[in-house]
Amino acid sequence: MAAEELKTGPLEYRTQEGQMSIMGFWIFLGAEVVLFATLFATYAVLFGRTADAPLPSELFEPGIVLIMTFLLLTSSFTCGLAIHEMRRGSVKGLIFWMVITLALGLGFLGFEIYEFVHYAHEGATLQSSAFWSAFFVLAGTHGLHVTLGIGWAILLLIQIKQRGLTNVTSRKFFIISLYWHFLDVIWIFIFTSVYLIGMVI
Amino acid sequence: MHITDILVTGEPIIYGAMVSMALGGLAILFVLTYFKKWKWLWREWLTSVDHKKIGVMYILSALLMLFRGGVDAMMMRVQLAFPDLGFLNSQHYNEIFTTHGTIMIIFMAMPFLIGLMNIIVPLQIGARDFAFPYLNALSFWSFFFGMALFNISFVIGGSPDAGWTSYTPLSGAAMSPGPGQNFYLMGLQLSGIGTLATGINLMVTILKMRAPGMKLFHMPIFTWSTLVTCFIIVFAFPILTVALALLTIDRIFGAQFFTLTGEGLPMMWANLFWMWGHPEVYIVILPAFGIFSEVIATFAKKRLFGYNVMVWSMIVIALLSFLVWVHHFFTMGAGAFVNSVFSVSTMLIAVPTGVKIFNWLATLYKSKIEFTVPMLWSLAFIPSFILGGVTGVMLGMAAADYQFHNSYFLIAHFHYVLIAGTVFACFAGLVFWYPKMFGHKMNERLGRWAFWLFFFGFHVCFFPQYFLGLDGMPRRLFITNVAEWLPLNVISTVGAVGMALGFVVFVYNVYYSFRYSERETTGDSWNGNGRTLEWATTTPVPYYNFATVPYVDEIDPYVRMKEEGKTTFEEDEVKPIHMPSYTGQPFIFMALLGLASFGLIFEWMYLAVFGLIGGVVMMIRRSFDYDDGYYVSVEEIKETEKKARGL
Repeated sequence: MAAEELKTGPLEYRTQEGQMSIMGFWIFLGAEVVLFATLFATYAVLFGRTADAPLPSELFEPGIVLIMTFLLLTSSFTCGLAIHEMRRGSVKGLIFWMVITLALGLGFLGFEIYEFVHYAHEGATLQSSAFWSAFFVLAGTHGLHVTLGIGWAILLLIQIKQRGLTNVTSRKFFIISLYWHFLDVIWIFIFTSVYLIGMVI
Repeated sequence: MHITDILVTGEPIIYGAMVSMALGGLAILFVLTYFKKWKWLWREWLTSVDHKKIGVMYILSALLMLFRGGVDAMMMRVQLAFPDLGFLNSQHYNEIFTTHGTIMIIFMAMPFLIGLMNIIVPLQIGARDFAFPYLNALSFWSFFFGMALFNISFVIGGSPDAGWTSYTPLSGAAMSPGPGQNFYLMGLQLSGIGTLATGINLMVTILKMRAPGMKLFHMPIFTWSTLVTCFIIVFAFPILTVALALLTIDRIFGAQFFTLTGEGLPMMWANLFWMWGHPEVYIVILPAFGIFSEVIATFAKKRLFGYNVMVWSMIVIALLSFLVWVHHFFTMGAGAFVNSVFSVSTMLIAVPTGVKIFNWLATLYKSKIEFTVPMLWSLAFIPSFILGGVTGVMLGMAAADYQFHNSYFLIAHFHYVLIAGTVFACFAGLVFWYPKMFGHKMNERLGRWAFWLFFFGFHVCFFPQYFLGLDGMPRRLFITNVAEWLPLNVISTVGAVGMALGFVVFVYNVYYSFRYSERETTGDSWNGNGRTLEWATTTPVPYYNFATVPYVDEIDPYVRMKEEGKTTFEEDEVKPIHMPSYTGQPFIFMALLGLASFGLIFEWMYLAVFGLIGGVVMMIRRSFDYDDGYYVSVEEIKETEKKARGL
């Protein structure tokens, strides 16, 4: 609980509180890695167990998934730009790039929901087989994380409007950027090991 | 819906429990109202973010759960010793062994140890609180409401009855309909949030808040064991989170993960459960090792033998703990090769554990041992735990395990490691640090009575069970009137009574010591034998812990501090101390999530959604909460310290 403040270095690292929060979040991300790893393992084990439901290769199509990947990867890039602007001390730049990040995230979510509804129409739902349960829970958990991230970022945007850049607000934005990049990494794994493999097998 | 639809009816024992719960609840309400303690309760405890108070609440809850789990155990022992009495029916028996196991592991052992960590770890490293005090309160309340949820199951809705391992497909919706199994899933899920948060919290606390100069290899061994345990928590608990979530989705939303229809895979539950469950075993044993190490070093009056090796053996145990999970189901169809791999990895764990045993013995070697109560528990641990450990290696041999599996041999084994390891450590640690928590010691004579009753009771109870297992008695069996098994079962029950008496004496001792024990005047309670920083604080510990944090550059720093006459109050170095504010948010937040969980258990979706929205609102509130605590003034610190130190 030391209240001493460093005079140099990135704003978010200047207090011990800031440093501890960031470290705590890294450890939390470690736990998240285990969480998703378990979901991926479950998916891998249940792969091919489609029962009477359609096969993934009948439903997965490159088009929409490629657009989703493009949106989310770009949003990760713009999120990086937002933090870059924050480091430069530009509240305006931070807000601008963060809003673009969120717009891209929302686009991703929209497509994901459309896709889920489409699959359900084709007869692949959470209940239809072990494989589809694993698919919907894995992709759905990622989607839920994106949704929470969007809500969280909106709260932070309100706070930066109210308070400007401080040790605390910059720390909060830095942490959500870690979270956002993490979701991007998870999506890369979903894209390759779920969609790409599912399309060919 | 009528009230009788959700209340459990038709069982005299449960009616009795309902009445006693209602009376107990009324008594508490009456006492709080009569003595006008409601405000005090809210202000001093329910809204507290002080790690010491949270620790005390953890330990109190754990003792309560030890009682509940113990009552379950006694009922099972009565049934097994008098099988013809018709004391329990099979359904009730199933429920009781399920709740006994779940409560003892999740709601007794873990919170007891986490409570001790809460109180002691910041004191041992010279910190003034946790890294995230708000989160710490949140952890406690998530555990508390998870526990409450799990415990009301036997009067409302019916207890889970599929064993503490909750194997699918038995625990799935098809074979266990109704809310019982949902209580298990949601109770564990809710308290699991808190455990994960505590793991992260303590890790950051230990890594970032140590006293100046204190390197990792200067840390007290209990703090080390906590750090290693937190590592296991962070990497094991998400697996449980996922397993519980998947089964919940199966049961409530009709998914097919573990079902027999839709090409589900029931065996996957066993894998996921034990991928968490085996590391969990080490989550409850490593802190116990840490406690014994502290107690043994203190009362042998020597530095712990082989400190570095002790630390490394814990790290190796932690890594190996993730690589042995299949040994819990050797008989469930993995091939010879897989079984061999897990058999070898299992037996490997005996190596670092054996190293630790020899280090404790070497610490004791040629030392002037002081036989205090915590030391008795620690000394009793060594031979008792070895009995559990060696039979563990026997169980680890896959071929032989086909004989031992699911028998009382296994029951005896894990009670030997969990009671002689974890429970003995909880008692040792509680008695050892009791003066730090409450300002007085526990009565020595009553403490010995509790120890000897519990110790003999324990061996009389569980030693015969090895032989029951070898005679072929399976676990979780409700009818046992096989003539060969009966005598040993009766002996075992006698032992269980001994343990119960020991527990009663222990609890009475809490009351007795509160009334009659001498109040501590120094912080170094055990005849000045304290070695680590927690003994350098005054007793009772001021809420800011350390007026000035000493510079530490060795193991057991307090030994040198005493020689050089240094204290944690260097008057001219006192600066204002920053402390976090108390808040009721964690309590309300977790109460709302508890409500949501309750809704999910009965599949009342409106209630679940309401609770979840409440939880989100609390998170938003927290996000906008910029209260960053307050400062304790130099004058106040000086005044408090002078009073406590009699200066």
